[in-house]
Amino acid sequence: MGIKIVVCVKQVMDPETPASAFKVDSDTNKVIPAQGIPPVVNGFDENAVEAALRLKDSTEVDKITVISVGNNFVMDVMKKPLSMGADELILVQDESVSELDAFATATTLAKAIEKVGEYDLILCGRQASDWDQAHVPLGLAELLGLPSITLAQKVDVADGMISIQRSLTDGYEVVESQLPAVITVSNELGEPRYPNLRGIMQASRKTPTIWSAADLGLDAESLSPRLTLTELFIPVSDKRVEIIEGEDEADAGRKLALRLREEKLI
Amino acid sequence: MGGILVFGEIGQNGLQSITSELLAAARGLSAGSGDEVTVALLGSGADAASQDAIARGADKVYSVQDPLLEDPQADAQLGAFEAVCIEVKPSVALFGRTPVGRDLGPRLAFRHGVGVAQDCIEMTTDSATGRVVATRPVYGGNALAKVTFPGDGMQVLVVRPKAVEPLGADSSRTGEVVTFNPGLDPSIVRARLVQTVRQESEGVRLEDAVVVVGGGRGIGGAEAFEMLHELARILGGAVGASRAVCDAGWIDHSYQVGLTGKTITPDIYITVGISGASQHMAGCAASKNIVAINRDADANIFKAASFGVVGDWKNVMPSFIETVRELVNS
Repeated sequence: MGIKIVVCVKQVMDPETPASAFKVDSDTNKVIPAQGIPPVVNGFDENAVEAALRLKDSTEVDKITVISVGNNFVMDVMKKPLSMGADELILVQDESVSELDAFATATTLAKAIEKVGEYDLILCGRQASDWDQAHVPLGLAELLGLPSITLAQKVDVADGMISIQRSLTDGYEVVESQLPAVITVSNELGEPRYPNLRGIMQASRKTPTIWSAADLGLDAESLSPRLTLTELFIPVSDKRVEIIEGEDEADAGRKLALRLREEKLI
Repeated sequence: MGGILVFGEIGQNGLQSITSELLAAARGLSAGSGDEVTVALLGSGADAASQDAIARGADKVYSVQDPLLEDPQADAQLGAFEAVCIEVKPSVALFGRTPVGRDLGPRLAFRHGVGVAQDCIEMTTDSATGRVVATRPVYGGNALAKVTFPGDGMQVLVVRPKAVEPLGADSSRTGEVVTFNPGLDPSIVRARLVQTVRQESEGVRLEDAVVVVGGGRGIGGAEAFEMLHELARILGGAVGASRAVCDAGWIDHSYQVGLTGKTITPDIYITVGISGASQHMAGCAASKNIVAINRDADANIFKAASFGVVGDWKNVMPSFIETVRELVNS
């Protein structure tokens, strides 16, 4: 018997969107999606999918189920984990799931994972590149009563135990736990694999399972926010850069050094 | 219910800087409300750090002692802090966004069914509601969000390191030290830390460096970092890098500056081929002066820089480094 893995992913605005195309509607406190730039699967969540696939490559994994909670899913985007090699995709699609509040998202994911039933390991990205909170996985662990380990750069599973290298800014920790557990994955794990043609063909033939909040027995009360957004704005900078010019680029380099000396910066 | 409770962290040299910063933030929040500021210090270093915590702004110190706290296990630390919360019943709980605090803050909030604001850089109290309003960067720093806590439950905040200036130590301040035994059950430790591996960086620590030289995707490959190291050596500084460069394997992840890497606060940050994506800027925005060398005149980095050269680093850097060397040696 192999293990069953659930990977939680989120559809986000492409974080490579240039700053000039990043706009906020101050009346609704919402980010205006940039024209012509499709959303992506959150980068760290792709690292989590990659971690699951590496376990599948090296140990016995029965099934990798990908779950996402949100609204306005772009199906081609959300199928990427399937084309990378995951087995199944479940989308909890409902307007009632607030984008900001991590509490409601974690509650919804917990219900969805309980409905899935059998699982040994839950993998999530370390944080989402939109709200950068890193709350949902920890909330999920608390709601499901599971141990949690964050910031994994390496994941090993053996004999019902999981061993994680937890990334620190100046090294790493080795943390162990019994399964089932919730693990968040960081980019130090390494680049997620590119889907190959066979994977893309297989993914195109799979139909995601769609659940609503009501399917999970969730009502407005259980999804009431614990944190509310009062203002969203783009910070203004009054900074003016002094561009150093020269006869050519080498001369500009020399003048830059002299200018920095003048300012006593070097 | 009332008061502000700080999750204290102790290192080899006593009270960590982040804890002094949280105490300053707590004093700021209590200035209007008159709330008592309590700090929980865990384990054997607590008593030695107590007076420092009081000098830095605490009214009361809980010295939390339990055999389980001898080993730095996050699950035990959370259990201990939770026990203090039950005792103190704070209206606000403050954590630092450190490897420990970033996880324990949200876990405490979810356990209590209350809200948590992550990575806060500014905190005020709404005069009408008496609730905390926190400012936090979102979308990788592209935008700032102000968030607040509905209802009347505990408010949990995780504060970004170096966002709040600590108060100077005032040894004339007085406070109470309470020894507290939470009576932890060993079974609560489920994720067990078994080993910590520190990678020693050569020379100046990036986080402490007064001069940082950073390289981004624009430098084209691992070889160019030798030149950045050379400039850093001349200036007595450290080398940093963008996440893209670390993910590409051109340099180790321990050099990564940004939202998910290290936060630097140098007097001067010289960037070479760094476009200035907001995720990177989140880790270097507190630099006093940013210098940008980049081919793209529209690159975001020029919006944050004080001085810049628009050009190919291959042409700019040799003469720049040579002139810097002459100036520093003269």
